[in-house]
Amino acid sequence: MSTVQPLQKSNDFVIKFANINGTGSASANELFARAVMGMGVPVAPRNIFPSNIQGLPTWYEMRVSGEGWLGRKGGCDLMVAMNPQTWDRDVAELSPGGYLFYDSTKMLPRSRFRDDITVLGLPLTEICTREYTDPRQRQLMKNILYVGALTALLDMDFAVVEGLISHQFRGKEKLIASNIQALKLGYDEARAHLPCPIGLRVERSDGVGNRIFSNGNDACGLGAVYGGATVVGWYPITPSTSVIEAFISYCRKFRTDPDNGMGRYAIVQAEDELAAIGMVIGASWNGARAFTATSGPGISLMQEFFGLAYFAEVPAVVVNVQRGGPSTGMPTRTQQSDLIACAYASHGDTKHILLFPEDPYECFTLTAQAFDLAERLQTPVFVMSDLDIGMNEVLCKPFDWDDSRQYDRGKVMSAADLDSGKNFGRYLDVDGDGIPYRTIPGTHPTKGAFFSRGTTRNAYAKYSEAGTDYVYNMERLRRKFVTARKLVPAPVSQKASQPTRYGAIYYGSTSPAMAEAFAMLEKQGVHVDLMRVRAFPFADEVMDFIADHDYVFVVEQNESAQLRTMIINEGDIDPKRLIRVLHYDGTPITAGFIAGRITDIVKQNNVTPLRQQVAS
Amino acid sequence: MTYLAKPKLLRPDTPKNALGYTKRDYEGAISTLCAGCGHDSISASVVQACFDLDIEPHRVAKLSGIGCSSKTPDYFLGNSHGFNTTHGRMPSVLTGAAMANRDLLYLGVSGDGDSASIGIGQFAHAMRRGVNMVYIVENNGVYGLTKGQFSATADKGSKSKRGVVNNDSPIDLVALALQLGATYVARSFSGDKEQLIPLIKGAMRHRGPALIDVISPCVTFNNHAGSTKSYDYVREHNEAINRLDVILPKDKITATYAPGELRRVVQHDGSVLCLRKLGEDYDPSDRVGAMNYLQERHALGEIVTGLIYVDSTGEELHRYLNTVETPLNQLGVAELCPGSEALEALNESLRRG
Ligand SMILES: Cc1ncc(C[n+]2csc(CCOP(=O)(O)OP(=O)(O)O)c2C)c(N)n1
Ligand code: SF4
Ligand SMILES: [Mg+2]
Repeated sequence: MSTVQPLQKSNDFVIKFANINGTGSASANELFARAVMGMGVPVAPRNIFPSNIQGLPTWYEMRVSGEGWLGRKGGCDLMVAMNPQTWDRDVAELSPGGYLFYDSTKMLPRSRFRDDITVLGLPLTEICTREYTDPRQRQLMKNILYVGALTALLDMDFAVVEGLISHQFRGKEKLIASNIQALKLGYDEARAHLPCPIGLRVERSDGVGNRIFSNGNDACGLGAVYGGATVVGWYPITPSTSVIEAFISYCRKFRTDPDNGMGRYAIVQAEDELAAIGMVIGASWNGARAFTATSGPGISLMQEFFGLAYFAEVPAVVVNVQRGGPSTGMPTRTQQSDLIACAYASHGDTKHILLFPEDPYECFTLTAQAFDLAERLQTPVFVMSDLDIGMNEVLCKPFDWDDSRQYDRGKVMSAADLDSGKNFGRYLDVDGDGIPYRTIPGTHPTKGAFFSRGTTRNAYAKYSEAGTDYVYNMERLRRKFVTARKLVPAPVSQKASQPTRYGAIYYGSTSPAMAEAFAMLEKQGVHVDLMRVRAFPFADEVMDFIADHDYVFVVEQNESAQLRTMIINEGDIDPKRLIRVLHYDGTPITAGFIAGRITDIVKQNNVTPLRQQVAS
Repeated sequence: MTYLAKPKLLRPDTPKNALGYTKRDYEGAISTLCAGCGHDSISASVVQACFDLDIEPHRVAKLSGIGCSSKTPDYFLGNSHGFNTTHGRMPSVLTGAAMANRDLLYLGVSGDGDSASIGIGQFAHAMRRGVNMVYIVENNGVYGLTKGQFSATADKGSKSKRGVVNNDSPIDLVALALQLGATYVARSFSGDKEQLIPLIKGAMRHRGPALIDVISPCVTFNNHAGSTKSYDYVREHNEAINRLDVILPKDKITATYAPGELRRVVQHDGSVLCLRKLGEDYDPSDRVGAMNYLQERHALGEIVTGLIYVDSTGEELHRYLNTVETPLNQLGVAELCPGSEALEALNESLRRG
């Protein structure tokens, strides 16, 4: 007998699936997430997976939120415990009053359960052994069986799931029939043997609208196709690999000549990240749009080349899907911990453009835009995604594209320009914005050729060891980065309902948690203005925002407050005014965490003198 | 009138090629290398080869790594774009450039340190990918620019200027290129332009990865007794296996050869490699035979030079990738961007799953 009342919640709970990787559970879990969305209810699923191919524990945490909160919530209201290895911790994780769904084929002693939860057992293995002969099918159908059971338990519309299966396997009638049969079996078994529906319900709603369900890596790959990338050099690394896989498949689809099967793209899997970025730089130097995708260890390897591209002023686009560092760190967990490694990558005085997408929609738009920026500014541009938005399906705005949009190829001199007698000096600041003109190899028989190098040269690209030439160049590069501030995507701000001396700066995948934290704080009467930074170098608005508030929380998913460091460094800001809110255990940051930290500090601030508070 | 930046006085009888260019039009900045450095002779050979082949300078892209050797692209083909990249990484930059525009001639210039020491990985992978390029290694057995340390091509037992003996086994880039699938593999000596110029010409008219390992003595750090890369040592041990003439489709064949002396290899573009044998019979179309021959001769202390291997039917990276004929860097938004309608269809599929 349960000692706690079973939870009663509609459209606002967390389901966690505990699985073993390599068992096909991922697609069943995603099917279930899509089914909830099919009922018009927003979901935010997240894969928690090991750095391993088969046999280790994996979880799929799915937040159902009628209000549309997409950040990670934490906690668990319904555990679908399919992995005996992690049973004890999975059972322990359930909230009091929660529900435990499990495969009851094998009897488990009472001691392995809890008194304060509702236990829902179905003999899934037994049913599958009875129904199917092929071992792989037994495994796969077990997954569909629990989807069917959940459909009944949560009082969902069977037809919605059925429709999804028919759509997913369209053209393969046999697969549709067998999957729907398994779905129905699970559904009926649950209805016959379990107290359907339970206290957690999915109720029809219209919270999804015209949004799409996509992941950042796919969106980056697509954005690169729309942005006109033709050359890719890459080396596999989690969690960035699927960016390139997506690019490959979209190129096949959109860039193949129907007459002869030839492709308007060239992709080479390099021998390492040094070669990958080398190819990108070579192709960009030669006038094509090129990019690579990588993660922390790859960024480390590419350092020398970033310096070359910066100093020789060659465009390059790098999608960095960040994961937990340092070293191999937490390869399958999320972090925002490569900001400094990218912003100031390579030796000497360097500085690079960073873009911070918040979701797949921005992964698409910012990746496409990165190519314009890289060519306009003739420098590397980093799209700073992360594992959380990169590898999870996220509900987001549909992608859009303006067909009148042209690519901005930047300051490139054509043969006609050269013939018209224009003075060409590769590193000459003709327009005063720090951006010089370049020519593409092969342009003109006798004019416009130059020798690119990472060594100091004069404004006409001639080798030079003169301090004055070096300083001219460095000052021009600095001007170029002032120009960049106005070209990169502007920050997005949101005002609290009342004037306040507190602000909060955040970026990238922290977005949904911050939005929810904002609502929580407002409810508690804690008012904080928000600014989402979307790029580095920082737009003037960022410094204005800080100037307008006594204290600014800088919310980040790393241990050393990297964005805060950069703001202090770039804006000469008094560090005391920037308060760290840091989450870095590898799980995505939650609204509860942010709101908790902020209220603590605000409360403390109201009673303690400022100086002591800041020192804490 | 001339567009060339360098003002020059030309005698009216200065020879011109079919494009109307003189050899001066293929030169570059004044070399800053040590007087007598083998690398300068290689630059001069590149100039001569391009002049002879009527190459439009702006259709050549010259790329290099870091080192004295890698500086040389500044000293020839002043009307070509050049890229002095990072130490040992020229092959990847060249590969990317070649991916972007299949229509230019890619000339990679490197040193033995650049290619066999720090850059051996990139060297190997560019060869095995079949990048369409001419790759010249200016091989002096030492790091010239950092003042004479041994490189990975230094022979075991050879002595540095200070008398230090090298105990590490040498890497033979020719053997490596053969094994990795290069389709034009030659070795030459900077002191023998007569041999070197035709080898460069043949490579420039070749489709696929072409390697020329040119022994190029460093007069400052590796030209002493005890070095196996000095002028004297190389002259003494040089075993040329053949002499090459490159005949272009437009050329009339004037030289006459006794039957059996000549091998003719027709390349994909119609150019003909006429190989005159020297000494015993050597078959440059036999990759495995070439590898054995190199090993045997190396064991005897000989330096085999000449066109060691050629496969005129070989393919190159773009064929493997099946890229369109138009250089990728010339495609615009119309050819590359799928547009809003396709995106809307995609959105629809992402709503449904
Ligand atoms: C990453 C890196 N390490 C070391 C150097 C220093 N360095 C410059 S040239 C060179 C060796 C060049 O040797 P090689 O390629 O044989 O050229 P050579 O000067 O003999 O023609 C070295 C080690 C460098 N430029 N970059
Ligand atoms: S140091 Fe050696 S390799 Fe360098 S320029 Fe002088 S002679 Fe040539
Ligand atoms: Mg050397």
